[in-house]
Amino acid sequence: MIAFNKYYNKFNILSVSLVIVSLLLLTFKGLNFGIDFKGGTLIELRSTDSKINVSSLRDNLSQMNLGDVSVKNFGNETDFLIKFENNENKNVIEEINNNLDKSFGNSFNFRRVENVGPKVSAELLRSGVIAISVALFLMLIYIWIRFEWQFSLGAIVALFHDVIVTLGLFSLLGLEINLSIIAAVLTIVGYSMNDTVVIFDRVRENLRKYSDIKIFELTNISINETLSRTLITSVTTLLALLSIFFFGGEVLKGFSLAMIFGVIFGTYSSIYIANTVLVRLNVSQKTVLREDKN
Amino acid sequence: MLYFSKLRIIFITLISLLFIIFALSNLFNFDNKILNKKINLGLDLQGGSYLLLEIDNDPVIEQKLQNLTVTIRNFFKEKNVRITNFKLSNQTLSFTSDKNSKQTILDEFASEESELNPYYQRFKSHQLDIVEENNFFKVSFSKQGIINLKTSSQDQALEIVRRRIDEIGTNEPNILKRGNDRILVELPGLDDPMRIKSLLGKTANLTFRFVTNDTEGSFGAEKLEFEDGTEEAMVSKRIILSGENLLDAQPRMDTENNETVVTFSLDRVGAKRFGKATSTGIGKRLAIVLDGKVISAPVIRDTIATGSGQISGGFTFQSATDLALLLRSGALPAPLNIIEERTVGPDLGQDSINAGMIALLIGFILVILYIFVKYKIFGIITNIALILNLFILVGVLTIFEATLTLPGIAGIILTVGMAVDANVLIFERIKEELKSEKNNLIAFDSGYTKSRTAILDANITTLLAAIILFFMGSGPIKGFSLTLGIGIFTTLFTVYFIARLLTVLYVSKNKEKEGLI
Repeated sequence: MIAFNKYYNKFNILSVSLVIVSLLLLTFKGLNFGIDFKGGTLIELRSTDSKINVSSLRDNLSQMNLGDVSVKNFGNETDFLIKFENNENKNVIEEINNNLDKSFGNSFNFRRVENVGPKVSAELLRSGVIAISVALFLMLIYIWIRFEWQFSLGAIVALFHDVIVTLGLFSLLGLEINLSIIAAVLTIVGYSMNDTVVIFDRVRENLRKYSDIKIFELTNISINETLSRTLITSVTTLLALLSIFFFGGEVLKGFSLAMIFGVIFGTYSSIYIANTVLVRLNVSQKTVLREDKN
Repeated sequence: MLYFSKLRIIFITLISLLFIIFALSNLFNFDNKILNKKINLGLDLQGGSYLLLEIDNDPVIEQKLQNLTVTIRNFFKEKNVRITNFKLSNQTLSFTSDKNSKQTILDEFASEESELNPYYQRFKSHQLDIVEENNFFKVSFSKQGIINLKTSSQDQALEIVRRRIDEIGTNEPNILKRGNDRILVELPGLDDPMRIKSLLGKTANLTFRFVTNDTEGSFGAEKLEFEDGTEEAMVSKRIILSGENLLDAQPRMDTENNETVVTFSLDRVGAKRFGKATSTGIGKRLAIVLDGKVISAPVIRDTIATGSGQISGGFTFQSATDLALLLRSGALPAPLNIIEERTVGPDLGQDSINAGMIALLIGFILVILYIFVKYKIFGIITNIALILNLFILVGVLTIFEATLTLPGIAGIILTVGMAVDANVLIFERIKEELKSEKNNLIAFDSGYTKSRTAILDANITTLLAAIILFFMGSGPIKGFSLTLGIGIFTTLFTVYFIARLLTVLYVSKNKEKEGLI
């Protein structure tokens, strides 16, 4: 049996600091919102001419009065991603197309064009925030119906931890937040909850079974009993996610990365956060038996 | 938990087979109509354009209020009430009257059967709101008035947008209302999104008006630029003909001048008016104005009584084709702005399909190998269930002819990763039970029973997340939530029926064997 409970305090301190650092990052550095939430235009180009590089493309576009233009390679040397902020000009894409044809001679293929106006991006951001809030709220309700309040608190604390730290990591690394990241965060919410619930289920079962074991010891037993399941499921989920990350194409990179972070944090938090909340609230057999009577 | 009746086994087999056949129908072409269903590919996989258009209703509101000045003036003239000082600003029409008429005016606007201010009978709210202060009246559209105006301009715009898109002939466009001032257009497999955008962005308001020097005339005049930006002309505000009078328009090569033109034919009213204007206006220039810009302003040489004519204006064949198309399909009631656009080229779509399939295959193989190494014979059982799960999931998507997006494929891969969870929970539980229980059958039975609540809890939480995503998300994200959500049900089905059935068959044959799992 692994003595997870030996490190409860240490990891709690670590988690609290991670959450604080993440909140500081989110407040002061902020998130790198993509065009879905900030508005603007994104163009993915593929060139047939391998001599064209980022800087020649950037020089060319900077003469077009597009404001702040970002040009990056996307996946490989001949693919480029161009981004700029909202532009009043309705025909901007056509003009870029004409300009590139003139300067580089028809060597570009427009693979993807996304243009999100300021009104739509504000709406998307709002509905994203609402979606995550509603998800957290529903989880809260569900867990509150299923378990005693101490367990609900533990699960919710773990959930907030996972979401905040994942977003903090995105802020730290400057990774882009777009619609698919919202989907990833919601899936993380589901996964983290799932993981916590399985361990809690066992804790509650053991609480009913043993009256003489303190919660400090009991959580450790429960973690160990469910450990191989926790690991196997995490591994298979990570295998699936890693294969999306490496082979699923550029579009899914951010999504799968967010999910990979989320699964790791989710697994960690069900062991070291959800359970320690039970320990700190001094949950005992009485907690579950009282509920049974009701 | 271990007993299966024969009937149930048959039932499970039939259901599984049914879904597998539907999953396979994506690969083959069946003649049968019911069987020949396919999963729809989302725009991100097959390529195409997603456009969200917003109707700019401000000009419509201004125009309606402008028209109201005449209506109000005439209405009260009959009642011997003089109304003066009409002014239109900020979507509010203001006017004044003498003191004695104040109550008459307010009563007319407030009457439940008012002709001037309708809607009350139907909506329990008037079309217009009126405020009075020292005989100074302010009229504006009420909430209900704005709603009705927006709905009707949305209906009209939708019709025009549909006609324009049908004229271009893209396959299976999707044109839907969103809210009361937006139109969503999905165009799969589009070759030239820029052309569609420029066609949808034009109001296509066509008028024929005389070029004039007399700025003080009863209709007034305005200075308009030429389309090519080379000239300006003073054009009378009096409209001789408008696009509504057009029956048909076609691009044509004018062999005399070797120039591309748009020929048009007019309805009876239009032909009459055109004939009259061209007979009285010989020697004058007739400006052809499209969306506030002059296309051309030829000098009238002869009376045209045939009700047909042609517009020249230095067109290329493409621009003549587009103008003819716009004229045929009619003018939009209000300008449309594209507020969101997402276009994916067909080759990127194909790349995404390939990448998604490779990721699915590799993820699938990795998970299967890992599970086999972990559980051996029960790993094989889990893997059979997993493979069937994938088929059934695809089968369900096919039956509903659901739309598969790239995030949707990610949802399937994620389902593969998470689907084993339920079997893992069961097998781990059985292992624990076997520590204290020597009878295989009893251990397996209680393993299944005791793991049930954890499995249900775990799946309900994921399902909740998927449902929220489905209702809050758009396009590709909806696709993700769909596969993730359906994946939960197919997973539970394969775990509790297929994997359990196989487990039962194996365990009942090896009742006495020790270290079974």
